[in-house]
Amino acid sequence: MPSPYGPKAEAGPPGLAAKLLGFCEELRSEGVAVGTSEILDAFAALEQVPWTSQDDFREALAATIAKSQEDRRLFELLFERWFFRSAEAAAIERGIDETAQRQAGGDRLDIDELREQVRQAIIEGNEGEMRDLARLAIAAFGRQGEGSGVVGVDVQRIRRTLGLSAGTQAPAEDSAAEQVPIDRDQLNRFERHLRRELERDLIERTSTLPPSRPLAELDRALPTNPTQDLAAVHRAVSQMKRRLATLGHEQRGRRRGQSIDVRRTMRASLETGGVPMHLRYRPKRPRRPEIYVLCDVSTSVTSASVFFLSVLHALHDSFRKLRSFVFIERISEVTDVFEHERDFRVIAKRISSEGGVADVSGYTDYGRVWLEFLGQISDELDPRSTVIVLGDARTNGREPHADVFAQVSERAGRLFWLNPEPKLYWNYGDSVMAAYERYCDGAFECWTTRHLENFVNVVAGGVPAAD
Amino acid sequence: MADGSVAEVKDALAQAGYLADESAALVSFLAQRLGKPVLVEGPAGVGKTELAKALSRATDRQLVRLQCYEGLDEAKALYEWNYRKQLLRIQAGGEDCWEDVHGDIFDKEFLLERPLMQAIASPEPVVLLIDEIDKTDQEFEAMLLELLSDFQITIPELGQVSATTMPIVVLTSNNSRELTEALKRRCLYLWLDYPGLEREMEIVRLHTPELPEALARRLVEVVEMIRALDLKKPPSIAESIDWARTLLLMGAEDIDRKTFEQSMSIIVKHRTDIDLVAERVGVKLAEPVRPQG
Repeated sequence: MPSPYGPKAEAGPPGLAAKLLGFCEELRSEGVAVGTSEILDAFAALEQVPWTSQDDFREALAATIAKSQEDRRLFELLFERWFFRSAEAAAIERGIDETAQRQAGGDRLDIDELREQVRQAIIEGNEGEMRDLARLAIAAFGRQGEGSGVVGVDVQRIRRTLGLSAGTQAPAEDSAAEQVPIDRDQLNRFERHLRRELERDLIERTSTLPPSRPLAELDRALPTNPTQDLAAVHRAVSQMKRRLATLGHEQRGRRRGQSIDVRRTMRASLETGGVPMHLRYRPKRPRRPEIYVLCDVSTSVTSASVFFLSVLHALHDSFRKLRSFVFIERISEVTDVFEHERDFRVIAKRISSEGGVADVSGYTDYGRVWLEFLGQISDELDPRSTVIVLGDARTNGREPHADVFAQVSERAGRLFWLNPEPKLYWNYGDSVMAAYERYCDGAFECWTTRHLENFVNVVAGGVPAAD
Repeated sequence: MADGSVAEVKDALAQAGYLADESAALVSFLAQRLGKPVLVEGPAGVGKTELAKALSRATDRQLVRLQCYEGLDEAKALYEWNYRKQLLRIQAGGEDCWEDVHGDIFDKEFLLERPLMQAIASPEPVVLLIDEIDKTDQEFEAMLLELLSDFQITIPELGQVSATTMPIVVLTSNNSRELTEALKRRCLYLWLDYPGLEREMEIVRLHTPELPEALARRLVEVVEMIRALDLKKPPSIAESIDWARTLLLMGAEDIDRKTFEQSMSIIVKHRTDIDLVAERVGVKLAEPVRPQG
């Protein structure tokens, strides 16, 4: 798919239908499940709304195609890109060039006046106006020396020349009138228009479309910013809670895997003259979700540890019987920190300052961690408890003590391992995942919330979602 | 409700006391035109259920509501045979031959209609609200599939019951569990989120017209500030409205620190949340103006 598009080669069959199908194809390649029935629905919906209004058009498509919030986010990203590219491809095809008209109005404008107009448009949130002004601004400033050629740089340059910044706007000394401050969102919207128009400009000049790339994995993956995707993690975890809680219920009434209570069966058989007509079953004891979570916070998992901490944070909101530990070289219980503090940032800070888990080197020592873990709480582990390890299994060449890990696994009812590295990297370098994996009830790669949901699915006895 | 265009649907909803945003109006419009169920998702308290109610008011249709909960089964959602009445019939029949009785007791007369059946069998078109579908289990969802795609229910003893009129179906979900693909595939999807400042203000003003505009604006700003915090339960739209009414009753003229502390419990309902909100938002408000002298 990411082949460079030539202007002629990518024309495709004409008409909106083909374009829409292409759009759905692109959505599929990004992992949105778009079925044929969805496409049919989309066409049916489009018969009902006017195509000339972009909002209606987009909402109608979104309502029929994007069936979750995550899908919707991808939809928005791709919608913009796809239809922008399509329009540009058509423009190149037909040789439409707007440069001439644009420059006519460009240089006559006074910069101060332009600045004022832009501010006005941004504050009013008038999209059409912003777009026109972005064009004017590019014509006014971007022309000198044809810009830097890098769109991002040009956007910032023009923004600075216009003297726009978010938040507390320092008013120019001479303008006495108080200015309404522009907030970040509004400014971002203007920047988006600028970027769009600069790209259009570039395409016009070179008359080729830049290659389309799949969305960067980072665009949609690892929540590195704790507050931004905390909600997603919380959602996955609260799902997990529900699934663990309803596990027992699902089996109720199905007699699945129940064992016969011999004593009561014999007792009941007295009624039928000693023939055991009615079987009596042992009542099922629901599993108390007693969970131990061990979380690696060393430098090798820095990027993932924020994610892991937010998982921990969310787990603490959901489970009462949860004890959490962080480790690097030694292990330290942090249950209290999570229980008494709600603000995620404070938690992260307290753990890094008082966890006391780094000893000398700051490198993870899994072997020692197992020994300490077993020593500290081995008496409390029982077949009803679940242990979840969050870590990359990179021992930095130290003794992994897989045998000790095996003991932990033996005592605990279930043991799961979540590894922040893609499966591809397991067992490369100093990763000893294989040594531990065979003692786990399940080992999962876990670096996106989607993986987390997958893990929840499996834990709850469901089928793993296809990646 | 005239369903000529999206704008008309929006107006009709507004007249029914629901200020829909663009996408909500469009999806409601499509739902009526295409006859497809709507799956509404979003955080608690953004007016998902209210949308269905407003639709029923705007279209003058009766609202049939099925509240889902864990352990909801067909007998409570679809239909149930009224076995007591059946027993009575058998006893009263006395000497009748079995064939007659058998034919008799599996008759519409002995059927107890539950919400889904009611919606399908109703001679008048209705709005069917299936609330909090995520609370049920997957088996129940699977059972809904026949209903949602063909608007019919199969009763083994009676045969198929098909809808004579097309109901508008609204399903709501708090997203506490991922719904199955099969269910989603049959629905239009609508994500409702907390409204923006302006729209929430319109909503508050619509429900408490007596509240001065300046105060309403202040209220909405404070609520937005609170939602930005990481709370266990952020305040819902309904709670903003409740708060507005409370302020009216209190005769407050501005939201200063004192009024806020007194009435905070209307919008924040968790012990830990209350502390956090008092600490973060309370201090930003002005001290109450002390009366002179």
